Amino acid sequence: MSKQLIKGNEAIVKGAILAGCRAFYGYPITPASEIAEAAALYMPQVGGVFLQAESEVAAINMLYGAASAGVRAMTASSGPGISLMQEGISYLAGAELPCVIADIMRGGPGLGNIAPEQGDYNQVVKGGGHGCYRTLVLAPESVQEMASLTSLAFDLADKYRNPVVVLADGCIGQMMEPVEFPATVVEPQVPRWAVTGTADSRPNLITSLHLDPDDLEAHIRHLEAKYRRAEREEVRFESWRTEDAEIVLVGYGIVARILKAAVEQARSEGLAVGLLRPITLYPFPGDELRRLSRRACAFVVVELSTGQLVDDVRLAVEGRRPVEFHGRAGGNIPGCEEVLALVRDMIPREQMADA
Amino acid sequence: MPDLTIPGYTVVHEKPRSFYPVCERKPEMQHQTHYCPGCGHGIAHKLIAVAIDELGIQDRTVLISPVGCSVFAYYYFDTGNIQVAHGRAPAVATAVKRSRPESIVIAYQGDGDLAAIGAAEILHAANRGEPITVIFINNGTYGMTGGQMAPTTLIGQTTTTTPFGRNVWNEGYPLHVSELLASLEAPVYVERVGLGSNKQIMNAARAVRRAIENQVKGLGFSLVEILSPCPTIWKMNPVEAQRRVLEETVKTFPLGQFRDRTKSAPARPAAAPVPLFAEIPAILGLANGASPAAKTMRSGETIDWRVRVAGFGGQGVLMLGEVLAEAGLDAGFEVSWLPSYGPEMRSGTSNCHVRLSSKPIDSPLVLHPNVLLAMNEPSLRKFLAPVEPGGWVFYNGTEIPQGCAGRLDVHFIARPFAEIAGNAGDARSANMTMLGALLEATGMLAEERVLAALRRRVSSGHWLEVDRRALDGGREAVTKGVRHES
Ligand SMILES: Cc1ncc(C[n+]2csc(CCOP(=O)(O)OP(=O)(O)O)c2C)c(N)n1
Ligand code: SF4
Repeated sequence: MSKQLIKGNEAIVKGAILAGCRAFYGYPITPASEIAEAAALYMPQVGGVFLQAESEVAAINMLYGAASAGVRAMTASSGPGISLMQEGISYLAGAELPCVIADIMRGGPGLGNIAPEQGDYNQVVKGGGHGCYRTLVLAPESVQEMASLTSLAFDLADKYRNPVVVLADGCIGQMMEPVEFPATVVEPQVPRWAVTGTADSRPNLITSLHLDPDDLEAHIRHLEAKYRRAEREEVRFESWRTEDAEIVLVGYGIVARILKAAVEQARSEGLAVGLLRPITLYPFPGDELRRLSRRACAFVVVELSTGQLVDDVRLAVEGRRPVEFHGRAGGNIPGCEEVLALVRDMIPREQMADA
Repeated sequence: MPDLTIPGYTVVHEKPRSFYPVCERKPEMQHQTHYCPGCGHGIAHKLIAVAIDELGIQDRTVLISPVGCSVFAYYYFDTGNIQVAHGRAPAVATAVKRSRPESIVIAYQGDGDLAAIGAAEILHAANRGEPITVIFINNGTYGMTGGQMAPTTLIGQTTTTTPFGRNVWNEGYPLHVSELLASLEAPVYVERVGLGSNKQIMNAARAVRRAIENQVKGLGFSLVEILSPCPTIWKMNPVEAQRRVLEETVKTFPLGQFRDRTKSAPARPAAAPVPLFAEIPAILGLANGASPAAKTMRSGETIDWRVRVAGFGGQGVLMLGEVLAEAGLDAGFEVSWLPSYGPEMRSGTSNCHVRLSSKPIDSPLVLHPNVLLAMNEPSLRKFLAPVEPGGWVFYNGTEIPQGCAGRLDVHFIARPFAEIAGNAGDARSANMTMLGALLEATGMLAEERVLAALRRRVSSGHWLEVDRRALDGGREAVTKGVRHES
């Protein structure tokens, strides 16, 4: 299929439908609303359901219903709406229901603003709801990945019977780039555990309730085992010019694009700089960071926040190398120069450390 | 066994088939329920199970268990079962029903669940006329959490959180859910019944059956509110509790039908046909390539255009950028388009970042453009300084404003582009005159690429012609006029 120039938010919906998604329940919020709008346009035409819910609380519980009934379903929102969905996400994980949630991050806290930020990292990656659960989190850096990672998100959601979040920011949601869609269309399947109102599915029960402590602990261990498996099998990252890098930049989403420009520029100045871009934020590419820490002298984490991803990088590097942080917030985006200044500043220090 | 025969009645010594004979999901005492003796939940369950049996819909039924004393309803009903979050049963039921229209979805809820935390969900499910059945147990308290106030607690009633009795000045009045929902257009059937006597229970049985039968018939939203005894929290024995329903509760919550449109409800429209699988890409506009992207990269040409377009909202700033990006894609380049977004969107100004490159595009942000298209003076002032030396600046105006003329290191093309557009047909296509000027001056893209992109974006023949003439006008303004060019 040929390339189409479309917005990130629209790419999510087309990618989802091609991946067999047939339900969208959501509540409008900038900068995610185009996702609901595109779903409203396309879902009814492909035999799917679109419903504008009365709130994000209702929307996430509608996802719970659609997923219980064995339909590939999704919603989309941004900071404040994701905060409201957290209880429902915990229930979905507890009841082992697959679904996809797109979070097109905006500025916070509170009403913040509608400009791009990455301040939802903690609430999404660490699981902002109650209980011992995780969501798998994919972080697209381009419009192409908005489509392809959404498609992957549905497969992972089904494989692990767990909610998967596509975590992007306002920039990637709003921008247009060429996208190549897959030539194949996934045919929706009904999983055997679903409750569909048929004789076959009558014995099925969807619940997150386990009254007995031993039962609940066993269930939590079962969830944990799934997360361990995801940590073994699903880690995805892009390692760019890191093999000989002395300084490794780390960032995801729109930031990674800026960091690529910074790497290019730094290399042209003869500086050994590379980029590690986590594509899965959970499971996190900690092993790769540890591996890189053997050669690299230092890491620089850049985020559109006051520092959330940086905690995971520090945990992975285990104090073996300095991990510097550069964050902008409130909708401001660091320019390539801003990052380079920091890197140039570090190089002599690192060389001195080597000497 | 005593003789229980009543003339005219058959006594059935059997559980409804829609109950499990043994409650295997229950950890212990699998032959009895977890409800307290005399609890209304048990009776309500029985009425539902009997109705499911009678209607022959056991396989099709999906029961939604709430949070509350009835959280374990799935221990008992041999149907499809979904246990959900506190108050959200109507939202879950909505999606189950929409996902599986043939299923019979019964949401079972208490009064804390439905009328307090879930007030929004029930109101909106009812207002959308979701064709589901809701069984609403009004026992005036939060049984499961130990007897706190519910929205339905009677005035003066003491609970653990109204130790001095419910006071209307502090807690407001008992919430009349049936009356409230009956004020909406969509619901088909809303009735309040009681479990205060055998007679009331018989009536409740009829109402529950109707509410489910409505769904079997494909009618809309049905709800039965059941005034239900909670002997434990009310600190009464089962007989006293039942009498309280009969004599006290009904004074605040009168029994009766508040809505019955089962005969007059309009038929629900049939579902839209599901398209063939192979049609889906075409529906999504993906089939025969909205953008041909014939990899016609001009051999060996390395380009790196970093364009910033800026102006007032409504001047077509974003569209100019889109056409440029689309045409660039057609020409085989890597492209990106990023709209001004965030704080800058306020105050009616608009701008976008466009990149056309022969290499993969790293950052889509254009902080140091080599082309600036400034459609008004504030945009020129704001974005001129970061333009790269040797870059191009197109300005919609005849005079370079004071303070901007100092950039002698850029190609400055200042023309009255809006006026030129007006002369060519319509001043609103000033964005296209600027695009024409850009193509002429820089040779960035072949004209036919831009026209092809325009044809895909602009559906009206009239506007296409206006835009084409504006493009030409812009080109001419560059070839003819030499004013202000450095
Ligand atoms: C979000 C949330 N808040 C509070 C609770 C605690 N809770 C469990 S049941 C319940 C009240 C149930 O009362 P009601 O719906 O009247 O049902 P009943 O127990 O009386 O049958 C509450 C507040 C919860 N489970 N979830
Ligand atoms: S506390 Fe009340 S509602 Fe709950 S089971 Fe006992 S009697 Fe029934």
